[in-house]
Amino acid sequence: MVHSLPSHLKIIAVLFFVLVVVSTPITYWPAFVIFLTLVVSAAIAGKIAIPTLAKRALIEIPFIFFAVLMPFFGTGERFELGPLNLYRDGLLAGLSIVAKGTLGVLSAVILSTTTTAREILRGLERLRLPTIMVQIASFMLRYVNVISDEMERMKIARQSRGFDATGVKHWKVIATSAAALFIRSYERGERVHLAMLSRGFDGELPHTEAKSVGTRAWLIALTIPTLALITSISFQMIG
Amino acid sequence: MHIPDGFIDIPTSVAFAGIATAGMALSLKGAKSALDEKTAPLAGLTATFIFAVQMLNFPVAAGTSGHLLGGALAAILVGPWVASLALTVVLVMQALLFADGGLTALGLSVFNMSLIGVWVGYGIFILVKKILPKNKSSISIAAFLGGLISVPFAAAGFVLQYAIGGTGTFSISQVLTAMIGTHILIGIGEGVISALAVGAVMASRSDLVYGYKGASQVLETRVKE
Repeated sequence: MVHSLPSHLKIIAVLFFVLVVVSTPITYWPAFVIFLTLVVSAAIAGKIAIPTLAKRALIEIPFIFFAVLMPFFGTGERFELGPLNLYRDGLLAGLSIVAKGTLGVLSAVILSTTTTAREILRGLERLRLPTIMVQIASFMLRYVNVISDEMERMKIARQSRGFDATGVKHWKVIATSAAALFIRSYERGERVHLAMLSRGFDGELPHTEAKSVGTRAWLIALTIPTLALITSISFQMIG
Repeated sequence: MHIPDGFIDIPTSVAFAGIATAGMALSLKGAKSALDEKTAPLAGLTATFIFAVQMLNFPVAAGTSGHLLGGALAAILVGPWVASLALTVVLVMQALLFADGGLTALGLSVFNMSLIGVWVGYGIFILVKKILPKNKSSISIAAFLGGLISVPFAAAGFVLQYAIGGTGTFSISQVLTAMIGTHILIGIGEGVISALAVGAVMASRSDLVYGYKGASQVLETRVKE
């Protein structure tokens, strides 16, 4: 169900949901439990295994460190929590960053695991991202594996010559590799460009006609963000 | 790792998204002379290059390593307009495909990296190039300073956003010290690698270096009438 939704609706839904989450103050913590439930139910509806979801969310770790430090350094009211002596404001801010960041990452992971890269591009196109940027992105997606393979081959070539990067004295080699990578990427761009021109490319990429989106798809896509919005508003009204 | 959701409040994020959009509109305009729909493959491969080069780790010391941000390097190689477009595409794709950086924080990252990182890097590069004698080693020195200075400035962009709408409890001066301090170190790496990389491209294909010729190479095609 989640997989087949038009991608631009999914992008809108994720954005809407994250906006609601970020605008909700952390002091209404029960709302965040409901937000998490909503995200997990979306993941289940999209048939995403929860371990996969958790693993992909690990990207957030550097900011969690930042948030974890917050209750220990700060000013204002302190309180005891077991053996720890924490700042109340710092703890709240840290919790807020972790909770909102995690919900944001989880929703983005659901978006990217239920949508192919090509579909995401199509969605961006329908959301009026300028054509040239969509094209840049589509070439990037098409060639990213080619270029990272190229980089990998250069790495293997360096290693097979006994190179082992250990410190600053090896920067020259790394930089030269980056330069070679640039030249190879750019020349590949030129070849692709010429090949396309010789096949009659005139700046317009072929399109398949975009399907019109029914009310039903909108309703499905907006269910979760709307539920989140209702949750957020009602908790804030109750106080 | 880019800025996650909820780190900077919504009004600030929206304001910076507006600035970022305006910046991209200007870049699209500016890139028009060098770039049209027909040359999208070149810009696309530049974006791919930036994406790949950000994964290229360079060792620092004691097992730690850093990676290039690539803003200044890309600006010097392909020009600031195309570089900021390509870097923005990279950021959007990282957010949508890899959940790296929050969707609501996208404007903040675009502002710091595609606008400040690229333009400060390029501005310093041009300034230094003007002052120094006209030869190839000046290009490397200018690239070094461009890379070096662009990184703490991009970090300062983040500090500015934090000062306006940060949700953390660290004081602005603490964040400023920590961010600028670490990013000067990162900037040294960025500067050295950018300079060496530009030097290496200059050695074999100086015609590809935008900052050297002052214009990007136009691919000549002849059509039989």
